[in-house]
Amino acid sequence: MKTFGLIVNRLVYAFVLLFAVLVLNFTLMHMAPGDVADTISQSMGGADEELLIEIRKDYGLDQPYYQQLVTYIGKVLRFDLGHSFFFNEPVSKLVLERVPATLLLVITAQILALLLGVVLGVYSARKPNGILSHFVTLFALFGYSAPVFWTGILLLIAFSLQIPLFPVAGMRDVTIEGNFWVHAIDVMKHMVLPVLTLASIFLALYSRLARATMIETLGTDFVRTARAKGLPERQVVYKHALRNSLSPVVTLAGLQFSAVVSGAVLVEAVFSWPGLGTLAFQSIIARDTPTILGILFFSALVVIIGNLLTDLALRFVDPRVGASK
Amino acid sequence: MMDRKTENSEYLEQASSPSAEAWEMFKRNHAAMAGLVILFVITIGSIFGPLIYPTDPFDMVWAPFSPPGEEGYLFGTDYLGRDLLAMVIHGARVSLVIGLSAAIVSIFIGVTIGALAGFYRGYIEEILMRVTEFFQVLPTLLFSMVIVALFGASLTMITIAIGIVSWTAVARITRSEFLRIRELEYVMASRASGVSNTKLMFGIILPNALPPIIVQSALMVGSAILFEAGLSFLGLTDPNVVSWGQIIGSNRQYILDASYTVTIPGIAIFVTVLAISLVGDGLNDALNPKLRAR
Amino acid sequence: MVDKLLEVKNLRVELQTKDGVVPVIDDLSFDLDYGESLSFVGESGCGKSMTALALMGLLPEKVGRIASGSIKFEGRQLANASSEDLRKIRGNEISMIFQEPMTSLNPVLSVGEQISEVLRLHQKMSVNSAWKRAEDLLDAVNIPDPKRRVHDYPFQMSGGQRQRVMIAMALACEPKILIADEPTTALDVTVQAQIFGLLKDLQTKTGTSIILITHDMGAVAQMARKMIVMYAGRPCEIGEVAQVIKTPQHPYTTGLISCVPHLDDAIIDANNRLSEIPGIVPSLREFGSNKCLFASRCKHQMEQCRAERPVLAQFSNKQAFACWKREIIDAG
Repeated sequence: MKTFGLIVNRLVYAFVLLFAVLVLNFTLMHMAPGDVADTISQSMGGADEELLIEIRKDYGLDQPYYQQLVTYIGKVLRFDLGHSFFFNEPVSKLVLERVPATLLLVITAQILALLLGVVLGVYSARKPNGILSHFVTLFALFGYSAPVFWTGILLLIAFSLQIPLFPVAGMRDVTIEGNFWVHAIDVMKHMVLPVLTLASIFLALYSRLARATMIETLGTDFVRTARAKGLPERQVVYKHALRNSLSPVVTLAGLQFSAVVSGAVLVEAVFSWPGLGTLAFQSIIARDTPTILGILFFSALVVIIGNLLTDLALRFVDPRVGASK
Repeated sequence: MMDRKTENSEYLEQASSPSAEAWEMFKRNHAAMAGLVILFVITIGSIFGPLIYPTDPFDMVWAPFSPPGEEGYLFGTDYLGRDLLAMVIHGARVSLVIGLSAAIVSIFIGVTIGALAGFYRGYIEEILMRVTEFFQVLPTLLFSMVIVALFGASLTMITIAIGIVSWTAVARITRSEFLRIRELEYVMASRASGVSNTKLMFGIILPNALPPIIVQSALMVGSAILFEAGLSFLGLTDPNVVSWGQIIGSNRQYILDASYTVTIPGIAIFVTVLAISLVGDGLNDALNPKLRAR
Repeated sequence: MVDKLLEVKNLRVELQTKDGVVPVIDDLSFDLDYGESLSFVGESGCGKSMTALALMGLLPEKVGRIASGSIKFEGRQLANASSEDLRKIRGNEISMIFQEPMTSLNPVLSVGEQISEVLRLHQKMSVNSAWKRAEDLLDAVNIPDPKRRVHDYPFQMSGGQRQRVMIAMALACEPKILIADEPTTALDVTVQAQIFGLLKDLQTKTGTSIILITHDMGAVAQMARKMIVMYAGRPCEIGEVAQVIKTPQHPYTTGLISCVPHLDDAIIDANNRLSEIPGIVPSLREFGSNKCLFASRCKHQMEQCRAERPVLAQFSNKQAFACWKREIIDAG
């Protein structure tokens, strides 16, 4: 029951955040010099004043700001994100087509980074001066400092150009035919490099934090108690210490969602991954305002959902979170 | 008598200022010192490099894609036959300047918001923290891409676009420091003696809250450089200047023919940010000795 | 010959510090019978907690080690036993409760889980019967409504309740020895009395031997039959509690007892002020040197005290102590 109330609470808050995102984005678009009409007329190779006025009327651009905003938000509530004049398709259709690819990339990379980061962190914490521990420190430095698109290109050069293990670009090979599994394996092959690239930054972050909190936890009183009970070392580490070290790492992971989505934009650009990032890039170049708004809206949604999931995960990991005083 | 004197001077030495103590500790950290030296070399190089090596980074000097070393071009030429070394040297200026100024913008915003929230508490804190959370939800890169695309890709706009999305971490740290320090006795005492709020916030609390903010600021510069590199890699950059990310972005189609056009500027970014991270880590160890284990 | 429950001979434990190797326990011998209760007394840093950790095989890894001597538990040598053998004894035949109930329980596991895992581990109980037994144990340590509280997490309990949970956990496998390291130091005075009462009760019911580690002479008088006073890693006086309190022989013991009001009114000085032992404990660097380490704080000190370590000698009344001035004190 308590969890239910909490979820409702968080959902309401999420809606408020999304609403704020809409208002901010719309306002920015409105403030920017030039409008859709200018862009359209440019793409048509210039238009006279009369046509511009007509286009503005069509798009409701002749109305005052707040009225446009209300109209826009009203439409969004009806799940109408407008029409992209550049792709000549409804924005919601356009964006929804791209969302799964981005989600696949973002979620796989996040999970991989978390799992591997925690495992590396735990192993290196048990031997703080061992080789692995130094490796984690070094790797963490690399992960922070290397630009993600550069890491991606290096992996591309190494593992699909020099040693052709993985495909160079895209998400699937359209020439392949076969059942679901054939396609799934094909997608997985395409995923390997982008996911590794994206995960590398966050893997560095998580393994470093996991190592630090694990070292701290292994020195606590309750770990000593667990040893005094005669528990085997494996249980001491994985049952007693690890669960206590998880919540800082999960919290950090939650805070990183927006960074993961940002990283995904660059990774998608490197590997021509057909997700929101590539779409954003195309529509920004084309000044396709409705599409850009739609993408920002959806990517904020992805981050908010990620935060909600983090919240629930934290509650699962640590009973103290959200317990009434 | 003699004994007393030596005792005194020893005491004085021990009681040297906290910043001197931190510097002593920083100096003992070899990695951080190496970072500082690298950073110094890069800065000097970006300032005086163009004078020593005056080749225009936009001039076509030789055949495109000549590998490093050919015809005396140390880093070779790019897809337009421009001298890669000259480009990397000129790119350093943009990366460092934007990194530094974007960090300053975000530290300014973050410290102001965090300080107000931590000092005034109540509904002001509530509102400011909600604003912070809101900016955490925005996908930073996409948002600054939109700003740059809408308002023009000038260096100023890029700086603002990066600064405006990167301040949340600083705000959170500043707030928690303020929450902690405002309850300390000497702050209470100053408050009781009628010191104005502004003086309390920026004259008394802020100086004591600085260590973690300084550490975060150092790391901030690194992430701003990465951020700028990302934007210019995507082509969202001032077309009239060269930057490291932009070199990679414009050459990446040709990695089959000339992978060095991508590797070399990437190494430049990597080494710079690495040096900053090392300095940041060193600062962290020197300023927060308690947290050294982290 | 029947083996003693616990027989410790010439135990020496060394700790690696930045100033070199320090003997934090230096030549300690004692034994413990079934159902007996023994107390280690001394100021912090005197090596009493190290003794407990050495018995449990829980000395800090790579930093501490048993350098020489033997620890025999029912005839089994623990001093150089494998970590696997020690693990099977820990929590099963010898268990321990700690000073800090607030931090000694795992915050993310329910107390039922923390109690029942010991039973599943050492007694190979099933999950259900272990949980059932955990309820009974909570009941035995006087936690009200154990059926419900067994699902609680430590943060939902008070300090005293947490220490009760620790006791329940320690006694789960009906150990032969229970080591209690300052079990009440972190608790309120009223709760302290309750915990000691509980420990005594449980001891009569189960016949467990108790090793109580404390700096509190009052607790010793209440809980133990035999006591060992430790100073700077060395035993300085060993004997029956009643006797030692009545006729302390070592100047340090005298000092400790005089710190406690009402234990022996005569020792409290004329102004009815609480006296305390002047001076400070020796630094770790001095540990192990061949002299009396208490000398710097002792009003009876003489040349010999600073030149040679006093031997622990037993006297006819079974009291043993290590002091060069024994005749003089005896006489005076």
